[in-house]
Amino acid sequence: MDSPNFDDASDMSIPTMSVNNKPVQIDGEARTLLVHFLRDTLGLTGTHVGCDTSQCGACVVMMDGRAVKSCTVLALQAQGSDITTIEGLISEDLHPVQAAFQQHHALQCGFCTPGMILTALDMIHRNPVLDEEKIRHELEGNLCRCTGYQNIVKAIKSAADQIRSE
Amino acid sequence: MDSRPGKGMRVHQALRHDSALKHVSGEALYVDDLPAPSDMLHIYIAMSPHAHARILEMDLDAVRVVTGVAAVVSAGDIPGQNDVSPVAGDDPLFAEGEVYYAGQSLFAVAAESLEIARAAALEAKVQYEILTPLITIDQARQAGSYIEDSQTMACGDAAAALKNAPRRLKGRMIIGGQDHFYLEGQVALALPQEDGDMVIHSSTQHPSEVQHCVARVLGLASHSVTVEVRRMGGGFGGKETQPALMAAAAALVVRKTGRPAKLCLDRDDDMKLTGKRHDFEINYHVGFDETGRIEGIDLALASRCGYSEDLSSAINDRAMFHVDNAYFLGQATITSHRYKTHTVSNTAFRGFGGPQGMMGIERVMDEIAMALGKDPLDIRKVNLYGKAPRNITPYHQHVEDNVAPELITQLEAHARYRERRAEIKDFNRASPFLKKGLALTPVKFGISFTKTHLNQAGALIHIYADGSVHLNHGGTEMGQGLLIKVAQIIAEEFAIDLGCVKITATTTGKVPNTSATAASAGTDLNGMAALNAAQEIKGRLIAFAAKHYHCAREHISFSDNHVTIGNRVIAFADLVNQAYLARVSLSSTGFYKTPEIHYDRATHRGRPFYYFSYGAAVSEVVIDTLTGENKVLRVDILHDVGRSLNPAIDRGQIEGGFVQGMGWLTTEELYFDDGGHLLTHAPSTYKIPACSDRPVEFNIEIWEKGSNLKETIHRSKAVGEPPLMLAISVFSALGDAVASVAGHKFMPRLDAPATPERILTAVEETRRRAGVGKS
Repeated sequence: MDSPNFDDASDMSIPTMSVNNKPVQIDGEARTLLVHFLRDTLGLTGTHVGCDTSQCGACVVMMDGRAVKSCTVLALQAQGSDITTIEGLISEDLHPVQAAFQQHHALQCGFCTPGMILTALDMIHRNPVLDEEKIRHELEGNLCRCTGYQNIVKAIKSAADQIRSE
Repeated sequence: MDSRPGKGMRVHQALRHDSALKHVSGEALYVDDLPAPSDMLHIYIAMSPHAHARILEMDLDAVRVVTGVAAVVSAGDIPGQNDVSPVAGDDPLFAEGEVYYAGQSLFAVAAESLEIARAAALEAKVQYEILTPLITIDQARQAGSYIEDSQTMACGDAAAALKNAPRRLKGRMIIGGQDHFYLEGQVALALPQEDGDMVIHSSTQHPSEVQHCVARVLGLASHSVTVEVRRMGGGFGGKETQPALMAAAAALVVRKTGRPAKLCLDRDDDMKLTGKRHDFEINYHVGFDETGRIEGIDLALASRCGYSEDLSSAINDRAMFHVDNAYFLGQATITSHRYKTHTVSNTAFRGFGGPQGMMGIERVMDEIAMALGKDPLDIRKVNLYGKAPRNITPYHQHVEDNVAPELITQLEAHARYRERRAEIKDFNRASPFLKKGLALTPVKFGISFTKTHLNQAGALIHIYADGSVHLNHGGTEMGQGLLIKVAQIIAEEFAIDLGCVKITATTTGKVPNTSATAASAGTDLNGMAALNAAQEIKGRLIAFAAKHYHCAREHISFSDNHVTIGNRVIAFADLVNQAYLARVSLSSTGFYKTPEIHYDRATHRGRPFYYFSYGAAVSEVVIDTLTGENKVLRVDILHDVGRSLNPAIDRGQIEGGFVQGMGWLTTEELYFDDGGHLLTHAPSTYKIPACSDRPVEFNIEIWEKGSNLKETIHRSKAVGEPPLMLAISVFSALGDAVASVAGHKFMPRLDAPATPERILTAVEETRRRAGVGKS
């Protein structure tokens, strides 16, 4: 994977996307998945691979403000998009959702945590009102094997309330 | 975070997981996240498509010539022994001559990318002679296929007691297995070193065993292999023996190529290739009086162990140790049959056979209640362990710390069990299709490895001249919070801030010959070993201070990052530096072995457990009798963790264990076809609990009165496994809901997992037996 190698890209400019507010060139094979591009090419290993089949949600990132499972998106599909990974969520301080997960003990082994946080951010953006039942329903695409989700729900609710009040 | 100084201000505090900040920021590194060396190879394991077959020919030439393939390794390439088993020497790294389960590893391909390795593996030409497989317990029973002799544990004369009992009943239940579904799959990264040595980064609960297995496969001495693990993305027992195969394959590729190599199983391969919780069949014959008190019982356990022994011997023993759960069984005979089948070799899984054993006796309690027309809770209470002579277990250990009666009574009142029982009765009378069920079940779980020699641990502590502490021990972190708990213990001992204690990766290079982080005993063992090391250094510091400042030892004390020496108060770091300049050793190992325990396996008698952990749960469920669909409406848990070292961590274990147990007993179904192929090998078909499955109302209380009679670390109790078995209350409540369709006259034949299909079948069968038509 030394140089761009797209089937019909010979005389086109190199495709780019923005990852955590930095422009990056999308190199690699055309079939490269976004998750592998982020992890292997950019070294952003906070995005995890849990099931390889877009069910567990460990690989969730934000693409143009919406949560996507990056194991089901080709890197090339993200051309021109803004991608935010867990590493890009921190500015000077932790993002309120990150802080809430830490505050409420909403993690154990931590493997699902980045995907949970980005899914949480997406649901907070989309839902003006977030009660526990809604959170539970919205979180169905993210699996956690360690916790019973109790503190995860609590953390999301708390972060949502905080973000609304700001 | 509360890290204020003072006695008990570091232990018994609800501190965050030490890696919490790294987890929420994505900085925590798992093995697959470690920066890849530029020349690293990626490994793919080719697996057997057949459950039982003779390998007539395995031609791998076409695999080797694929562009990008660096090495292909199979059994013939192993310089040492072709064995990655924990005990019995019967788990080949690569199949040789015969395959024994669908999914068994045949050979490994190492290539420049995983895609190349996977594609190249398809070029192999393997010819098989298909042999008849034994897939089910029934098939193995008929063929007389066992991994070891059947075991019998006996207390008194069960046959006579059964004969003389006023009432008797018989029954049978099937309990399914469970896949661990740790979110981080099995992974190992092997790095070549000089002298042919090997460094392995492994996602393992048992670095020492990985070290020993890799050395055995490569024909090296153990000192040539170093295994390191900073953290796992979940373990649950699935990373106790299983990681050895991944590590050995990666190490073999390194040996062959001289290049770093990584093996990371994808989810489907992981589920096919690695062992799971044993499925069980339990037959019971119980005699009891009109109050429901058991007088004699004959319990026969049978389990599917798979193609090899793995840890099945100890797992089935633990099932036998837990068929009593919290109850005095009177005269009891317990037999255990361990069947060898052509399926993946089943292995450790949270509870280690205990949950399956407990399922059997809880079914017996429900069935006695149905037979006598009583509330199952009353049957449970009348059978609890009590004062002598009702305090002897079937393995002849006396129950000395029985808090179950008190804890159950408290939960019964707190959860309004009786009132809700009446409300549910009313609800069911008025509701034609939806039926509710309720159950309270206790847990008593024995703490210690039942193989006595495993109950030991080591630790290593350094204090650097600036006063900072480097902490290492044999325990591994899989999310359960072991490392923060041990760090709290050390910070407490030196009375320094938690931030002064550096938590470091577990490595065989620092603490040798460790036991697996398993049996819920991680904190009990490693916490004590680390304390021992800390006390050794503290003793030297006190001796130094006494001499240097001409002060009696009893006038030296540690608090608030300082040391008081007579009338003088100096910073801890300053005392450390003074001790260094005076040439005092500031490093120490620590060691611990659990006292009092012993066990004679030949007679199944002794004291295998240092103490017991207790808990109880009330679950309320609703089922749809037209579809079998179901929901857990409310759960109340009261759990005894002794004096909690960290209530936040312990609550997490209780909640997570319960939900994992609930998954085992309701939605997680391992489905093997007649040919022995696991068909539910991905989350699309294998359903672990999702967020919406968790109980609508979920109340968890740590028992305030909890303490440990034994001198465990700060009087805490083990918490990793016991809460999983609280979920038996969900299964029991589902049975209660089903039984309501025929007025609780019959115990429904409900097996686990209680999927909607099974519940629907049980509803229809119960109605048929009762002669009740559909409402």
